[in-house]
Amino acid sequence: MKFAVLVFPGSNCDIDMLKAVEDVVQQPVDYVWYTSTDLSQYDAILVPGGFSYGDYLRCGAMAQLAPVMQEVRKAAEEGKFVLGVCNGFQILTEAGLLPGALIRNNSLKFRCHPVDLRVENAGTGFTKDYEQGEVVRIPIAHGEGNFYCDEETLASLRKNNQIVFRYAGDNPNGSVDNIAGICNEKGNVVGMMPHPERAVSELLGSKDGARMFTSVLNAWRERNGAASVR
Amino acid sequence: MKATVYVTIKENVLDPQGNAVQGSLQTLGFGEVSKVRIGKYLELQLDTNDRAEAEKRVKAMCEKLLANTVVEDYRFELEG
Repeated sequence: MKFAVLVFPGSNCDIDMLKAVEDVVQQPVDYVWYTSTDLSQYDAILVPGGFSYGDYLRCGAMAQLAPVMQEVRKAAEEGKFVLGVCNGFQILTEAGLLPGALIRNNSLKFRCHPVDLRVENAGTGFTKDYEQGEVVRIPIAHGEGNFYCDEETLASLRKNNQIVFRYAGDNPNGSVDNIAGICNEKGNVVGMMPHPERAVSELLGSKDGARMFTSVLNAWRERNGAASVR
Repeated sequence: MKATVYVTIKENVLDPQGNAVQGSLQTLGFGEVSKVRIGKYLELQLDTNDRAEAEKRVKAMCEKLLANTVVEDYRFELEG
């Protein structure tokens, strides 16, 4: 399975994301620069956190217009696995690949600490190695992670089982319905504010994020008829 | 021609920054301030004299980039 980690000017979690893939699932993984116009060789596209384009105008607003994003749209339509973390989540919402928007934390503070998350949908390609309803510990680090959508969108997210993670303890940012991560209707595109790539080893305080990477490898292997491994 | 674009947070969306500024104004003794909403102001210089065309194109700019219509409203004025 081949992974791409997108790199925009201002991305700063790209190295962590690449190392997480290397360390957890030992699969080939490349940095892909935002000017790339071909993602056809990749099976999963990871959009890392950071401050793409310095968060100019709005978080993710400029990045969603980068050349590589046309390819991400194509990959998402083809059913390939796409994961956006933090700024990556903001970019996917700005690009219209996921509903809603991420606005300023209600505290106005940059929140940077571990949080408890409840796995609300263990059926996506990125969460199949978790138990439904399981609580995992993964850090957040954001100033604009307050997920907002209108009532109608929220109702459809609930109906289609698109809420992937909820904050299990205190809501750190004011997100509606305590939402920490969502997926598209097909379940192949996932966006989340917490950073699973920063929680892949006990040395980092938690390895609860590692299963996002084993999940997607197993999902890909199942899809391609290969034996899954743990 | 000049376009002036105002991007504002939708009425039903929380504006924590506006709330904080309102609190500070009240602390300073401006108790009459019952609400503050913070938005963006953009000035665009357009190389065109065609008002109808400019109207159409600035609207497209707002929809595609300048505002995120999930959480923001926009309006604009054309001059010159």
